[in-house]
Amino acid sequence: MNHKEPLVRMKKRSTVSLKQAVLVRLVAVLLSLVVCAVFIVIVTQQNPLQVYAGIVDGAVGTGRRAWVTVRETVVLLLIAVGLAPAFKMRFWNIGAEGQVLMGGLASAALMIYLGDLLPNVVLLVIIFVASMLAGLIWGYIPAFFKARYNTNETLFTLMMNYVAMQIVTFCIVFWENPAGSNTVGIINSASQKGWFPSIAGNSYILNVIIVLIFTVLMYFYMTYSKQGYEIAVVGESQNTARYAGINVKRVIKRTMMISGAICGLAGMVTVCGAGHTISTSTANGRGFTAIIVAWMAKFNPFFMVLISALLVFMQQGAIQIATQFGLNKNASDIITGIILFFLIGCEFFINYELEFRKKQKEA
Amino acid sequence: MDTNYAIELKNVTKRFGEVVANDSVDLSLKKGEILAILGENGSGKTTLMNMISGIYFPDEGHIFVNGQEVTIRSPKDSFDLGIGMIHQHFKLVPIFTAAENIVLGLPAEKGQGMSRVEADVQALVDRYGFDMNPARKIYDMSVSQKQTVEIVKVLYRGAEILILDEPTAVLTPQETERLFQVLKNMRDDGKSIIIITHKLNEVMEISDRVAVLRKGKYIGTVKTSEATIPSLTEMMVGEKVSLNIDRSEPVNSELRLEMKGVSCRNKEGTVTLNKASFAARSGEILGVAGISGSGQKELLESIAGLQHMEEGEIWYYPPGGEPQALHSLSVTEIRNLGVRLSFVPEDRLGMGLVGSMDITNNMMLRSYRNGKGLVTDRKTPEQLARTIIEELEVVTPGVTTPVRRLSGGNVQKVLVGREISSNPTVLMVAYPVRGLDINYSYTIYNLLNKQKENGAAVICVGEDLDVLLELCDRILVLQGGRVAGTVDARSATKEQLGLMMTGTIGKEEAVNEP
Amino acid sequence: MNLILTFIQKAIGQGIAILFGASGEILIEKSGNLNLGIPGIMYMGGVSGLMGAFFYENSVENPNGFVGLLIAFAMALVVSALGGLIYAFLTISLRANQNVVGLALTTFGTGFGNFFGGSLSKLAGGVGQISVKTTGEAFRTTIPVLSEIPVIGPLLFSYGFLTYLSIILAFAITWFLTKTRKGLNLRAVGESPATADAAGINVTRYKYSATIIGAAIAGLGGLYYVMDYLGGTWIENGFGDRGWLAIALVIMALWNARSAIWGSILFGALYILYIYVPGLSRAMQEVFKMFPYLVTIIVLVFTSRRNKPENQPPASLGTSYFREER
Repeated sequence: MNHKEPLVRMKKRSTVSLKQAVLVRLVAVLLSLVVCAVFIVIVTQQNPLQVYAGIVDGAVGTGRRAWVTVRETVVLLLIAVGLAPAFKMRFWNIGAEGQVLMGGLASAALMIYLGDLLPNVVLLVIIFVASMLAGLIWGYIPAFFKARYNTNETLFTLMMNYVAMQIVTFCIVFWENPAGSNTVGIINSASQKGWFPSIAGNSYILNVIIVLIFTVLMYFYMTYSKQGYEIAVVGESQNTARYAGINVKRVIKRTMMISGAICGLAGMVTVCGAGHTISTSTANGRGFTAIIVAWMAKFNPFFMVLISALLVFMQQGAIQIATQFGLNKNASDIITGIILFFLIGCEFFINYELEFRKKQKEA
Repeated sequence: MDTNYAIELKNVTKRFGEVVANDSVDLSLKKGEILAILGENGSGKTTLMNMISGIYFPDEGHIFVNGQEVTIRSPKDSFDLGIGMIHQHFKLVPIFTAAENIVLGLPAEKGQGMSRVEADVQALVDRYGFDMNPARKIYDMSVSQKQTVEIVKVLYRGAEILILDEPTAVLTPQETERLFQVLKNMRDDGKSIIIITHKLNEVMEISDRVAVLRKGKYIGTVKTSEATIPSLTEMMVGEKVSLNIDRSEPVNSELRLEMKGVSCRNKEGTVTLNKASFAARSGEILGVAGISGSGQKELLESIAGLQHMEEGEIWYYPPGGEPQALHSLSVTEIRNLGVRLSFVPEDRLGMGLVGSMDITNNMMLRSYRNGKGLVTDRKTPEQLARTIIEELEVVTPGVTTPVRRLSGGNVQKVLVGREISSNPTVLMVAYPVRGLDINYSYTIYNLLNKQKENGAAVICVGEDLDVLLELCDRILVLQGGRVAGTVDARSATKEQLGLMMTGTIGKEEAVNEP
Repeated sequence: MNLILTFIQKAIGQGIAILFGASGEILIEKSGNLNLGIPGIMYMGGVSGLMGAFFYENSVENPNGFVGLLIAFAMALVVSALGGLIYAFLTISLRANQNVVGLALTTFGTGFGNFFGGSLSKLAGGVGQISVKTTGEAFRTTIPVLSEIPVIGPLLFSYGFLTYLSIILAFAITWFLTKTRKGLNLRAVGESPATADAAGINVTRYKYSATIIGAAIAGLGGLYYVMDYLGGTWIENGFGDRGWLAIALVIMALWNARSAIWGSILFGALYILYIYVPGLSRAMQEVFKMFPYLVTIIVLVFTSRRNKPENQPPASLGTSYFREER
């Protein structure tokens, strides 16, 4: 008798325990590390254990490297924190890159034009406000058109990134130092005006403090505030939101202003707290990576910290390996991509279970 | 196996998570007969048919077609066996023409362009006397035309076995008559037909035999000629139930809400509500009847402040207060006026509730603005959630379970429970018992009656005319966005409502206007 | 006159890569998949073609341009199809969010391109910049005789074969989608997978095929850039944002590959306009470079304001399909 069942069928899991979910993700991370190792070994012809030792060394091998890793982690985290409310609202803000750039641009401009006029603390406060304002405007524009005409925000925010990049190159023409280099160079390298001050002898403590404050604030905003509740409802169903008397358009615009402002602040943290310069690569793809961080963490700040740390750790390590072998630093993007594929893919095994064809009871 | 049967099912079981949708069901369809599958909503009729049409795969059991055991893994397998299913929710691509939808998934014969297809379809349409233009886009079509496309689609594919899932739910009585005539023609042509329904009179009229399902279990099959409506009801619901809904006389009825000449248009610019006027009174249930899409949604939503109105006025008369204009006010503004207006919308999980949120969070939809400063109050809604679970006997693992996981009846209890918790002066409900079994339905009827007795003006949009006639005090009939008339529910008949719904008689001729 | 002619030529040269990307993405989006990984896939296509030609040219004494061309072409197709397969597997089989997968693929693909483009010659034990002159020349070979005709020659016949292939493909995709039964089925999958499934169409197979073939076509855009535009070398991030412009072009062309031809030339023209407007300061040039993005934004806003049903994105775009969902 011709009685065939499909070989594999999938079912949606009704419940999944936290332990299972963590285990699946852990396995995914391990598998991704294996695949990354295979890639690195093929390219460098080295013993994989040595390679991983190199990665660890590159990421946290020295105090300075460790702090760079922390610095990069908190910036990525801050952008993810900024993106979280937008994505919770199901607003596909692919424009963090541009929002970070605009925040950084505002910071750089103020450092250049006001650096000699104001005491550092005042200057930093002004930059703080201005960078957030710049990001806010960059986030508001697509939100306005989304609210008004339901314009596709994914592509709008994407295009805004490149407009921001062109504005940066436009400004570089006026700010370049030394002339003809087409770069801005280190701003206020002598006076250190607009630079984050060292705390306890460490230049990146302030970065960490700012980011942690905003992470905690965002957690409370999303979980306990009325506005946070509105964001959740709008994200799940705009119809329900309208039914509950929530002004959907206002929530979209307000949330994107908050989202953009925090991304703008990430620009300040990058410019004033790390690079002390501005270029089109100030955001350096973090705006895109942060989307995936926020999405995979399901907007839970604690998971965002973990995922950002993992990605940055591997990136920094890979850059170290690449330098060691005289290779191109873009290897880190390949590593990031591989880890992301596994983390994204493993969600399936958390949400679904596979049922294999049972042995036929009666022949 | 017996080759006199077109389809035989043996011990077919299908589970969704912990819910057993079909529990070891047997069923047989003879060649050249019309078999009705009768059962309450949620009795597993559609799930069973979906396994024959390849949408679901059975967990256990055997399926025989024309005496041969078969495995149906996909709709394609089902087609290949000559089975065609017309789903309740039409599976048509709106931006395609009827002909394009009909040939979808079929390999093209040589030189068979779209114009050839259209000619072939036209021939089929003419043969059965359907009313349909093959070159017309689906989004331009009426509901009954779309159904015609679905039927022509399976005929075009040479189906010998047709399954129709609640085909009359969206049709007027007149359209139903026409459909039944076509079905009888097809049976006389030698086709085997299964029709899923929960309407007893239709079963009696159209079928040769009736198979009854109850709560996922197969109860039995009887010859229609040997069955009666009471005997089928008993099989269907299990025990003798009085179909009578307690209906009290309205007391101290006074004008509560008035709509005057309201018109609405949808995004495409079509008029959805056309100068509608009516009054709702406290202490009574006003039913709203009409073919689906006659302006029911717009009627309720314009009162709730969710519809943009082109013209017209809506007045609210608070108990012992000055009249207030509600037109052109938003949901928030209406609430800020202190109007206790509650609304149970048709789309429960898409509008009234958030499926992924738990019961407490869903209570907050109405109350999240309470609380100090920026922080929202969660305590009160949590208490309300517990109260509703207890008083309405909501079956749920806990207050933190996402409402999407609850069964349809429990979802509706949560929604209605929240809406009546504010002691509304006006309560609007749309299709309150759709998808609910009989026990849950009666719970809802009782809740509505209690609100009526508490002095609320209840407006109830329904589809089952029998229920409307037994539950309501007056019934407003909508036809194509117009108010066709209002009748006294105690004296009106179904036929009269049906004629008003289709526009055959209008307001002037509706004799028993109260 | 000559200046205008050169301008049009260069505009087409800029546009072809975008056209490949847009054509591929149209095919993919018609199956209901919004693939934001196209920019990455185009990088992958470009660099793998380059790698194929590089290894070939380094392994024989006298490399033949035509053989190099075939190898590069095949490599680009295969590797970009693999990129599409990653996307397809994650979004179709594993039902991951399409935007997230797309962005990860773009991160991966861009890194893949820049890493191998930048390190290849070093990895192979050589020094300096990677270069495949012979194969590059083959890709740039124009149509003999015809290209000598004044005006019409340079305007119509002075391009490498990929240029003509891109236009033929664009027409072919439009023909396939609107005139064939399989195209009808594919569009049904993108509009309503449940409907297509009920009609007996294998939704998974159609989605996989469209995504993989679309990715292979898009990858040719990268190949064109590396081989024809650059003449067989790699510039880090040189391909830039053309991949994103390709996705923007899909919307501007309203999911019609034939309209994308004109759109791509317009984008190409805007891309290089700053070179041809006399008297621009350096700062103003940067402002001019903003135009392609600003135009896309304006088009986006305008398309979002008209609401003809036929001009809307495929209805299921961005969602995964699971038959037993309930």
